[in-house]
Amino acid sequence: MILVFARWGLYCFAMTSSSSDSRSLSPVIDVHGLAKHYRVADKQEGLASSIRGLFHRKSRTVEALRGVSLTVEPGEFVAILGPNGAGKTTFLKLLAGIITPTTGTATVLGHVPWQRHDDFRRRFALVMGQKNQLWWDLPAAESFRLHQVIYRLDRQRFEQTRDELVELLEVGRLIHQPVRELSLGERMKLELIAALLHEPEVLLLDEPTIGLDVVAQHSIHAFLRKVQTERGTTVLLTTHYMKDVAALCRRVVVITHGRILYDGTLTEIIDRFTTHKIVTLDFEQPPSETTIAGWGYPCERDGPQVRLRIDRERIAETLSRILAGESVLDVTVEDVPLEDVIADLFRAGRDEYALAETASGGQA
Amino acid sequence: MSGMATFSWQQLLPSWHGWTTMLSISVADRLAHRSDFFVGTLFRFLPIVTQIFLWTAVFSAAGSELIAGYSRNDFVAYYLLTMMARSFSSMPGLAGGIARSVRDGSVKKYLVQPIDYVGFLMAARVAHKLVYFAIAAAPFGLMFFLCRGFFPPLPEMPTIAAFLATLVMSFLLGFFLEATLGMLGFWVLEVSSLIFVYMLAQYLLSGHMFPLDMLDSITLSSSGYSLGDLVQLLPFQYTAYFPCAVWLGKIQGQELVSGLLVEAVWVVVAAVACRIAFLRGTRRYSAFGG
Repeated sequence: MILVFARWGLYCFAMTSSSSDSRSLSPVIDVHGLAKHYRVADKQEGLASSIRGLFHRKSRTVEALRGVSLTVEPGEFVAILGPNGAGKTTFLKLLAGIITPTTGTATVLGHVPWQRHDDFRRRFALVMGQKNQLWWDLPAAESFRLHQVIYRLDRQRFEQTRDELVELLEVGRLIHQPVRELSLGERMKLELIAALLHEPEVLLLDEPTIGLDVVAQHSIHAFLRKVQTERGTTVLLTTHYMKDVAALCRRVVVITHGRILYDGTLTEIIDRFTTHKIVTLDFEQPPSETTIAGWGYPCERDGPQVRLRIDRERIAETLSRILAGESVLDVTVEDVPLEDVIADLFRAGRDEYALAETASGGQA
Repeated sequence: MSGMATFSWQQLLPSWHGWTTMLSISVADRLAHRSDFFVGTLFRFLPIVTQIFLWTAVFSAAGSELIAGYSRNDFVAYYLLTMMARSFSSMPGLAGGIARSVRDGSVKKYLVQPIDYVGFLMAARVAHKLVYFAIAAAPFGLMFFLCRGFFPPLPEMPTIAAFLATLVMSFLLGFFLEATLGMLGFWVLEVSSLIFVYMLAQYLLSGHMFPLDMLDSITLSSSGYSLGDLVQLLPFQYTAYFPCAVWLGKIQGQELVSGLLVEAVWVVVAAVACRIAFLRGTRRYSAFGG
């Protein structure tokens, strides 16, 4: 009996000591087997089925996330990619504590997010869509002041942070105008400022550049990069724009059908998933179709200019063959566009999922 | 346990600076819609003119001085006072606003930020009322001055104090009842029909439509209790009838003390109901929607 107590005491001691010294070493985000299933009403169209729905409702389970495990170290900038409905937003909502998982565990900054402790909520921020934190009918400056109160920020520090952020995004003239009068890009910039006023250690961004023009996208990239490097904030961002990823994130996590398909660096993705390069050739005398087909897969032909997809291993050999046989005015060799690589990756994920579904369906 | 927001008093009651900021921002938000607000405030006074004409006609047709113990002047004074009480206890847009924030997802903000949603709504509502009174004070004052002839002489200080206490509590009761109603939006998609039923019950049972003691003469068969006794068991009377009856001296002494206590109990019950609905609602939201 005494032994049990002693062991228990030792265990507690080990727990406390490990948790106290692991503060600086442990990952900021630690997720194990996180799954989230929703029950959704399944309703056929038409009046008859609406009436039937009054008496007994059909519902089915949607598995938005199906076991995700991930760790993120302090100061990482991670892009979460995936087709629509892959579970990206669900994942961010779980990390923000808005929803509880069906199974699995997660800690963010040492807290279980969905317990929504105030010490946790003061240390992270979530930007999800527009009209998120700003008061629609008031100038942003008022919403900022409210954030000072909500997050209990020291006045001087708050004003200094606010002015810095406002200057970085060059929105000084917009913060005294009602938010509803601003453009999409302007509102997003102000949302970002509102989210960063309390200097969060973790920043969760759900499609921050959606619908924005190129200039606005660039200024948001520059802003996030600067803030992130200066403060060492850990940032997770979901996006559909490869420009965001290329500009900001070294690490990329691809989610399809609620599972992690890939987790690694962007350069690794390109290395692993591109088998071809795109070669553009300007000929003096355009060669015949059969000759071209012998070199690689022709993509486009515009007079004397030909674009080809050529296997990476065969590039050098093929090019020297072409240059020896034809008179070539100009050559460019490019990587396959990132968009195409990711699209291939998504498709691979979809096929894999379909295969698994039919396999499990066959068993049942 | 999971999904339950941690609860602390400190969070519920923001600092003084917090309150003043929330107030000033809510006031600014109110004033952003000032024209709508002005018109709404001013047109609230029109019905009282109709009431004066109506009761003058009723009394001349009835040919008696008193109906259910009320003279014509008593009726007019009563309606003026219910208007006053209702200006404290009515919460336009509160329940609907909460339900909408659940449906369009803006309630997320209050789960993510270290702030209590109910406390925040309360601050916003206090601001709403302050702006309302700032605008309505002059027309209210003028109305009561013009209608001073309908009122009995001013009551004594303790009665006035009790009256003010009932007004403050009627504000709290109205707030928590309607906030609880709005929290039902976590369970049902559309609460507007529920709000309609609530408003109807409120209109009939609060004394907004007629003085509730008129129901005392309607006995329920065999039980020995009157309809008035039944209505007394409900919280609605405290949002209109009770404050008016206190001012008019219809409730005094021991009855007044117990009435105030029961009202206070209702405020606590409604506040607890609201808190439970919020905690359960957010737990459900976390589990099913989000």
